[in-house]
Amino acid sequence: MARPLLTLDEVDVWRGPSQVLRRVSLTVEEGEIVALLGANGAGKTSTLLTISGLLRPRRGRVVLSLDGRDLDLARLSPDRIVAAGVAHCPEGRQIFGGLSVRENLMIGAHLRRDGEVAADAAAMAALFPILRDRAGSRAGLLSGGEQMMLAMARALMSRPRLLLLDEPSLGLAPQMVETVFEIIADIRGRGTTVLLVEQNAGMALEIADRAYVLENGEVRLSGPASEIAADPRMREAYLGLGPGAAPVAEAVP
Amino acid sequence: MTGGYILQQLVSGLVLGSVYALIAVGFSMIYGIVRLINFAHGDVLMVGAFAAFGVLTVLNLPLWAALVAVLAVGAVLAMVIDLVAFRPQRSAPQVNGFITSLGVSILLQNLGVLLLTGQPRPFNLPDWLRANIDVLGARMTVLEAVTVCLTVVILLALVALVRGTRMGVAMRAAAENPMAAQLMGIRLNRAIATAFATGGALAAIAGVLWAGRAGQIDPLMGLVPGLKAFVAAVIGGVGSLAGAVMGGYVLGLAEVLFVGLLPPEYGAYRDAFVFGLLILILLVLPNGLLGRAAEERA
Repeated sequence: MARPLLTLDEVDVWRGPSQVLRRVSLTVEEGEIVALLGANGAGKTSTLLTISGLLRPRRGRVVLSLDGRDLDLARLSPDRIVAAGVAHCPEGRQIFGGLSVRENLMIGAHLRRDGEVAADAAAMAALFPILRDRAGSRAGLLSGGEQMMLAMARALMSRPRLLLLDEPSLGLAPQMVETVFEIIADIRGRGTTVLLVEQNAGMALEIADRAYVLENGEVRLSGPASEIAADPRMREAYLGLGPGAAPVAEAVP
Repeated sequence: MTGGYILQQLVSGLVLGSVYALIAVGFSMIYGIVRLINFAHGDVLMVGAFAAFGVLTVLNLPLWAALVAVLAVGAVLAMVIDLVAFRPQRSAPQVNGFITSLGVSILLQNLGVLLLTGQPRPFNLPDWLRANIDVLGARMTVLEAVTVCLTVVILLALVALVRGTRMGVAMRAAAENPMAAQLMGIRLNRAIATAFATGGALAAIAGVLWAGRAGQIDPLMGLVPGLKAFVAAVIGGVGSLAGAVMGGYVLGLAEVLFVGLLPPEYGAYRDAFVFGLLILILLVLPNGLLGRAAEERA
């Protein structure tokens, strides 16, 4: 059997004096949506930053396996990881507010030298109509939901094989959250694999194939999304915000 | 006081402001991307002037060769300073970089004194630059006219760079949010090096124009224009390129009008006036003319 697209093997990560990931192992298969769940501070964002090369593991391996070729991401610089096909849509959107919407999309394609960047930008405008109407305006003037659309479009501009999404529903109105999750499902439908970090466990487990639950930097639970959703230990890991309490989780901004 | 006299003063202010703008815009560009108050910026200007001196007077080569050499020397020197002095402490607190830049400044000045002596040398541009011409009733030298025109051309090229090129947009993105820029595949160190190279080249060209006005050069000549450009950048709102240009012209015009319109015995207070103006503007507009609300990045 071919190796998974992404493999984390016994990864230890430290941020300054504190250990944020402890022997974290996980896999993401090509074409999957994998949810990475857990309470605040459990290590979800640190996991994504380690995959992107902004945090470095002290121990363990991070392997991206593309078309039979293994890349050790822990040894690659962040720009080479992007070039290899990993896009990261960071927590809090982090769009470039002083740049225009169009320029934000250009930045997403920063490393591409092929002639199809303009065509992809047009495709993004079709996928996210809001962006077409506001292409010339400063991205900082967009609403929260629109900024989220821009952040996802910007990440897709690098033509990723693997998309890392960090808390896409954070701070959005419930209706916008629905839209964002529809878009995530659509992105996977177009062939991009998704590793999804979410506080909103209920929604995430609805669209994910599999899930991992982190607690204090360790993988506490893993398995098919439906099993995780039914697992009573989810509630413990989430301090009461398990799938049974999903409507509450959605209401929390 | 005639209208002609005032026009003459305005022209002088425009010329001085152009030189300030060239230095300030590079200073602000570097601040924008690494949050570094780079006090060695004025000394890059000095090295640029000496490079022009070497090519024109020592090697006796034509002016265009001197300009090419000056651009290259300024860009390379600024990149080397970044690589050797600032890059190793990129994640250190802001004040470390500031103190390092003071050290680099003192080092460059003392190297200059050591290798070239502190004695001022005459700096002569070709004669045709010193001829007088009339522009709209005001008298100016060709060098002054060239200074204004060259500044406009350089600033337009700079706008084209930061708005229209891949690296320019990447630099603006990195200045705004370095972490997100890295996640987009932007090589931070390369974007920063580009900002240093651009700022260094502009400072070096400004050094030639400054030396051409003064008619002489010495290793400590970078101090005053460096300081004035810092004031210009702060007046404009440090980090904002348009603000730095505006601050440069405001400062140049104010300085010349102060000297030109008040009785001659006040001339000696020109620098006191400049810094007084800075304080006044910052009292009314704490972020400068075009600066956004102050943000300190951790």
